[in-house]
Amino acid sequence: MAPPADARLQLEAVRLTALYGRRAVVKDVSIIFPAHTVTAVIGPSGCGKSTFLRCLNRMHELSEGGWVTGTVLLDGDDIYADAVDPVQLRRRVGMVFQRPTPFPTMSIYDNVAAGLRVNGHRSRADVDAAVERALRRAALWDEVKDRLRRSALALSGGQQQRLCIARALAPEPEVLLLDEPTASLDPAGTQRIEELCHELKTNYTIVIVTHNLQQAARVSDYTAFFYVGDLVEVGRTELLFTTPTQERTEAYITGRFG
Amino acid sequence: MNPRRVRRRVVNGVMTGLVGVLSFLAVLSLILILGNLVVKGASSLDWNFFTKNPVPAGESGGGVANAIVGTSIIVGLACLIGLPIGIGAGLYLAEFGSGRLGWTVRFVADVLNGTPSIVVGIFAWTWLVKPMGHFSALAGAVALAILMVPMLARTTEEMVRLVPHSLREAALALGYPRWRTSLRIVARTALAGIVTGSLVGIARIAGETAPLLFTALGNLNFSTHVLEPMQALSLQIYQYATGPFDEWHRLAWAAAIVLMGLVLLLSVAARWAIRQRHGAAR
Repeated sequence: MAPPADARLQLEAVRLTALYGRRAVVKDVSIIFPAHTVTAVIGPSGCGKSTFLRCLNRMHELSEGGWVTGTVLLDGDDIYADAVDPVQLRRRVGMVFQRPTPFPTMSIYDNVAAGLRVNGHRSRADVDAAVERALRRAALWDEVKDRLRRSALALSGGQQQRLCIARALAPEPEVLLLDEPTASLDPAGTQRIEELCHELKTNYTIVIVTHNLQQAARVSDYTAFFYVGDLVEVGRTELLFTTPTQERTEAYITGRFG
Repeated sequence: MNPRRVRRRVVNGVMTGLVGVLSFLAVLSLILILGNLVVKGASSLDWNFFTKNPVPAGESGGGVANAIVGTSIIVGLACLIGLPIGIGAGLYLAEFGSGRLGWTVRFVADVLNGTPSIVVGIFAWTWLVKPMGHFSALAGAVALAILMVPMLARTTEEMVRLVPHSLREAALALGYPRWRTSLRIVARTALAGIVTGSLVGIARIAGETAPLLFTALGNLNFSTHVLEPMQALSLQIYQYATGPFDEWHRLAWAAAIVLMGLVLLLSVAARWAIRQRHGAAR
């Protein structure tokens, strides 16, 4: 895929293969995610799209038997280089999961501050400001500003998911990975998160895995179609959905399988 | 009415009744024990009982202040030794215990869990009392700690395993190092369960007699010296109950009420901690 000439390259997978033991679930994938764009990763269940996403912040290697060949470049630097500490890397590449995962023992405030505190000591005022900024960006501030000290579990599912987005945003990552972030939400919550994707891309590079083709069409600039571990096709979303070049892509987006 | 329906109703009634009777029998033993204790011992429970030390045999009056303090010290010491080891081992088992070492630790804990407490007492006598040359509260505390550790390790492990994997991943994805994830997120989420397990463990060892018989030994005088023999409620009950005097028997019943009350209190506290956990999970 040729990125637009004006776009800065942010994240790039180069011949990336992800394996569990000897079984490859992502095969030889090369793809570019330009800065300040939203890329949707679509494909049927079990096609390796979640595993692929987890390679981008080195979470895959934490799974039992998980390892990769090839590499991923973040701002041109190899994130799989020996000198790179995966813990540090994950502070630059935030991630939000399928189900909301607020920390149950922490308040709303502490949840958002969790990623900041682990980054080292900061003044109280700094943390306060960062928490408010993150909650505002996640469009949750107005709903929770009066109960920041209350348990995060008191929030609704959609609010919890936006809290998790705020938590991921607070340490100011460069890239945001969303793994089916609306899978457990109702339509209203889904719409809220999709609007967020639009707003957030001015500051972040976003990769979103989704099962929902309409969602991919609504939120993304680029769409990548995965099928049993292969990257079949990637291109500008409106082109991929109207004039796919590959037969398998067309079959999938017209609902003939998957 | 349809005969099959009649049959179902009859079977249902009989079974419900049977289960009810069995449940009642299970509760009955506790009621009988408590009732018996209260009838025989309650009259001896007065201020002196809690504040005075034992008087020489044959005299009336006196209390078990030394035993109450002794039990507190011995159990407290046992907690100091046993809680960190047991909880630490449980955390290790849950977080890193998938390998061979984990399997071994788990197996040893299970065997130790089933070891009769008197055997643990003999062990403490062999390795602590004999080399030191005298009985001591410390040896008793070590014996109780040995009883507590495997119990704690396994309950802690279970509680930590209940913490959803997704929470762990969420912390790691935020840039938490592994050890901080274990302590700050996983252990803290499991904390209420760990506290409950600890309280149940303490309740279990607080009433133990056998491991104290040849370690803490017992002491008719008031002592807070952990390297000397020390009295404990369970020991006092044993000595008074097997003694020849009616006055002693009376005091044994009263001491049994105190011990039972202590254990009940811990159980209630454990229940309360469980409720807190379920409350937090909502």
